[in-house]
Amino acid sequence: MGYYSLLTTCAFIHLLVFMPYAYSNYLENKAGQFFSSGHTNNWAVLVSLNKLGFWFNYRHVANTLSVYRSVKRLGIPDSHIVLMLADDMACNYRNPKPATVFSHKNMELNVYGDDVEVDYRGYEVTVENFLRVLTGRLPPSTPRSKRLLSDDRSNILIYLTGHGGNGFLKFQDSEEISNMELADAFEQMWQKRRYNELLFIIDTCQGASMYERFYSPNLMALASSQVGEDSLSHQPDLAIGVHLMDKYTFYLLEFLEEVHPASQANMNDLFKVCPQSQCVSTPGHRTDLFQRNPGSVLITDFFGSVRKVEITKDTINLTSSVKPPIQRSGSSDMTIESLTYVDQLPVAEIIHQKPKQKDWHPPDGFILGLWTLILLVFFQTYGIKHLKHIF
Amino acid sequence: MAAHRCGLSLVCILIFSTPAPAPARDQFQEELVIRPLHSGDIYASFQFRTLWDTDFLQERQKKVSHYRLFPKSLGQVLSKFSVRELHISFTQGFWRTMQWGQPFIPSPPGAELWVWFHHTVSDVDGNWKELTNVLSGIFCASLNFIDMTNTVQPSASFKPLGLGNATDHRFLRYATLPREIVCTENLTPWKKLLPCGSKAGLAVLMKSEKLFHSSFHSQAVHIRPICQDEQCTSKAWELRQTLNVVFDHYTSGQGKKEWSLFKMFSRTLTEACPLASSSKVYVDITDNPELSPATHLLSRAVVLGDRRTYSVYDLTRAETFGQLRSFNLLLRWKGDNMLRPLLHAERYVAGFGLQTGEIHTVIYNNHPYRAFPVLLMDSVPWYLQLYVHTLTVTSKSRDNKPSYIHYQPAKDRHRPHLLEMLIQLPPHSMTEVTVQFERALLKWTEYTPDPNHGFYVGSSVVSALVPSMVAMSTNFTQDQPLFSSFVPVKEESSYFVRVYTEPLLVNLPTPDFSMPYNVICLTCTVVAVGYGSFYNLLTRTFQVDEPSPPLAKRLANFIRRIRGVPLLA
Repeated sequence: MGYYSLLTTCAFIHLLVFMPYAYSNYLENKAGQFFSSGHTNNWAVLVSLNKLGFWFNYRHVANTLSVYRSVKRLGIPDSHIVLMLADDMACNYRNPKPATVFSHKNMELNVYGDDVEVDYRGYEVTVENFLRVLTGRLPPSTPRSKRLLSDDRSNILIYLTGHGGNGFLKFQDSEEISNMELADAFEQMWQKRRYNELLFIIDTCQGASMYERFYSPNLMALASSQVGEDSLSHQPDLAIGVHLMDKYTFYLLEFLEEVHPASQANMNDLFKVCPQSQCVSTPGHRTDLFQRNPGSVLITDFFGSVRKVEITKDTINLTSSVKPPIQRSGSSDMTIESLTYVDQLPVAEIIHQKPKQKDWHPPDGFILGLWTLILLVFFQTYGIKHLKHIF
Repeated sequence: MAAHRCGLSLVCILIFSTPAPAPARDQFQEELVIRPLHSGDIYASFQFRTLWDTDFLQERQKKVSHYRLFPKSLGQVLSKFSVRELHISFTQGFWRTMQWGQPFIPSPPGAELWVWFHHTVSDVDGNWKELTNVLSGIFCASLNFIDMTNTVQPSASFKPLGLGNATDHRFLRYATLPREIVCTENLTPWKKLLPCGSKAGLAVLMKSEKLFHSSFHSQAVHIRPICQDEQCTSKAWELRQTLNVVFDHYTSGQGKKEWSLFKMFSRTLTEACPLASSSKVYVDITDNPELSPATHLLSRAVVLGDRRTYSVYDLTRAETFGQLRSFNLLLRWKGDNMLRPLLHAERYVAGFGLQTGEIHTVIYNNHPYRAFPVLLMDSVPWYLQLYVHTLTVTSKSRDNKPSYIHYQPAKDRHRPHLLEMLIQLPPHSMTEVTVQFERALLKWTEYTPDPNHGFYVGSSVVSALVPSMVAMSTNFTQDQPLFSSFVPVKEESSYFVRVYTEPLLVNLPTPDFSMPYNVICLTCTVVAVGYGSFYNLLTRTFQVDEPSPPLAKRLANFIRRIRGVPLLA
C-alpha cells in the first residue's frame, strides 16, 4: 500500500516536473515549424491574358478574380497583390449584371466583390509591363500599388490564365511571351534576390510547356494541361451567355475555398486538384527546382500571408514626443488682401487677350540641315581662303 | 484623507498641465440630393465636403504632417506637386441634357483631369506627368496614359473655380481619356478617401452592384482653395467628392414612377457619419411628388437658374430614423413638366470613307430673347488632321464670326489640336461649327491591340454664362447646401454652366496586321519547297549504305571471325 502510494506520488512529481518541459518543447516545435519556411512576406501577381473586347473571354477574368478572392481571403492585402486584368468584364455593356463577375452558374458566387483594386487594366497589360513588374525595372514615377516590391524573403505566387500554345502565351492577341523569356525573367528575379520561393500556376492550353525551361532555384510550377492538350472551360451560364470559368481553376477554387489561414493542407493536396477524370486535360507540376519537400510546404505559404509575431520581454524606451508646431496665429495678417474668386467667363478679357509670346526655340533639325548644306556648298565653291575677302 | 487630497491635487495638476486640444480646423459635411427627372428617371447626387484650414503651399510653415479628416494621400500629392486646384472625374455614360436637364456637376464620359499648378512651379510638364502617374495609383485607373499627346493648355476655358488672382494659363493642364472604364476598382479607393469610409453615413448607400447598373455614373474629386468665411479674409482648402448617378428603372421598363432608397441602392440609412458636422438628404419636391416619411423642413434654393423647393432630412437628428432606426425614403411622382435647358450641344462626325471626314458641333440656344456668348473648346488628337481653313461657324444659316479664336495646331505624335472660340449665340437659334479633317495612317506599332474598334476623340467643352430667369444669390454662406455652392456666383443675372458633348469614335485606316505573318509563311514555304528541292537535287550525292545486320547475323559473323572462316553477307 505504501509502496503503491509512493509510486503514484513519484509518477505525479515526475509528470509535474517534466510536463512543463514537454509543453515548452511542444511550443518550440510549433514555433520552429512557424519559422521554418524562411519567408517573411507574401506577394501575388495575378494576370489575366484575355483578348481585349471579346466577351467570350469572360472566363479568364473570372479565373483570375477567383484566385484573387482566395488570396485576399487568406490574408494577403491589396498592397501586396498586383492584379492585371486585360479587359473589363464587370462593367462591360454586355454584362447583364454590372459590377459582378460570377464563377458559378446561377450566379452563386460573385468573385468581383465590392472591394477590388485592379492595378493594371486594359491596354496596360502587355508583355513589357509584365516583365517589368517581375524584374522591378519600372519607371521611377510608377506608383507603389503597381510595383512588386518583394525582397529575398518573399514568397511569390504567380498565376497566369489566358490563351497559349506550345512554348508561348498570348498577351491581348497581339503579343506573345515565350517560355524562355519567362524563365529568364525568373532568373533575373533570382539574381536580384527578389524572391525566396516562387509558385507558378498557369491555366492555359498546353500550359506545361511554359515551365519546361525554368532553371532558377526555388521554383515550383503547376499547369492545367500537358503539351499537346487543351485546357477546357467548365460550364456556361445561360443568362450571361458565356462559359464562366475554366475547369482547372474551377476545381482549384473549390479546393481553396476549404483552406483557411490555419489549415495544414500542403502542396501534395494541390497537385491532386482536378485529376483527368474531372479536368479532361492532365494537370502537371514541376518540383525539381524546389528545395523543400512539397509535402512539407503549406498552401498558406503561398496563398496566405504570414504575420510574424516576435514576443520580446525587453522594454523599449520611446523618445520624447515631438512638439506640435506652433499654431499660426500671426499669419492671418499676411493674407489681409481680399481674396476673390476668379471670373469664370470674362468675355471682355478674353476678347482682348493678346496672343501669348511663343518661347524662342532653337531652329529645328530641318532648318539646321538646310543651312549646313548651304554653308557646305558655299565653302566648297569658294574655298576658305576667300573668306578674308568677305570679312 | 491626506492621500486622497494629494491624489485630487495631483489630478488637478494633471488636468491643468495638459495643453488644451487644438480646436478642430477641419470639418466634414455630407449631403445627398434626389431629383426626379422629367423622363421618369431619378437623379441622385452625393456630395462630401471636407474643409480644412491649412495651407499646403505655405513655405514658412512646417510641412503638414497631421491629417485628420483630409485624406493623407491627397494632401501629400498637393504639397509635393504644388497643386493649386485639382479636378478629376470618372464617368460612365453620357449626360443627356435634353431629357435630364443640367447636372449639378458636369463631367464628360471617361476620365477627365484638369489641374492648376501654383505659380512657383518651374517645370509644369514634369509635375503634370508625375501627378498623373501618382493619381493612377491612387484611383486604380490608367491615368498614366495621359501624356503630351493628349494634354492641352486651354487659353481661356477652365478658369480656376477657387480663390486666386493671377490666372496665367501656363500653369493649367487639361486632359481627357474618353476610353477610360469606370468600375468597382475605381469606386473602392474613392470610398476609402472619405473620413467614415463606406461604413457610416451616406456612403453606406454606395453599393457597386446598384451604382453601376444605371445609365449614368460619375464620381469626381475636386480640390480647391475657398473662402473660409463670408468676409473672405483667409483661405481654406476644400475637398469635394461627388458622385452623380441616374437610375433608369422606369425607362428600362422595370418599374413605375415610384422609388425608394432601398429600391435604388438596396440599402437604407441607419446613421449619419459621426465625423460629419452636417449630414442631410434633400429631395426635390418642386413638381409635387408624394413623399414619405414627411418632413417639415423645407429649403428653397436657386440652382442652375431655377428656383426649386427641397425637402430636407437631417440625419444628425435621431428622430429622422424613426423607431426602426432606419431611414428609407419613398417617392412617387406624377408631374412631368421640365424647364427646357437653355444651352445644349451635340457633336458628330460626317463624311464617308476612311480618308476624310468632317466634325460638326451643334450648339443650341433655347433662350427666347437673350443672346449670350459661349466658349467652345475642342481638343482633337493629332491623327485627325484638321484643316482649319475649312472652319465655318454658322448661326441661323448666316456666318457668325467668333470674337476670339485661339488655335494651336497639332504636332504629329507630340501635341493634339486645340481650338478655342468665343461665339455669340443669337437667341433661339442653332449654331453649327464644322471643320474638315483627314485621317492619318499610324505606324503599325502605334495601333492599339483592337484597332478596329476605332479611336476616341474627347468631348468638346462649351462653357457659358447663361442668363438666368431667376436672380441668383451671390452671398456665400456656410450653411448653404453643397449642391448650390459649387460654382462661385459673381453676378445675379447669370449662372455659369459647362456642357460636354459626346465623344467621337472614328475609324482610322488600319493595315492588315496578319500581313507580316502571311508573308513570312509564304516566303518560307516557297524557299523551302522550291529552292530547297532544287538545291538538294543539284548538290546531293548518293552513297550506298549497308543496313546494319540483325543481331543473330552479327553474332554469327563474330564467331566466324574468330574461327577464321569467311563472313556471311
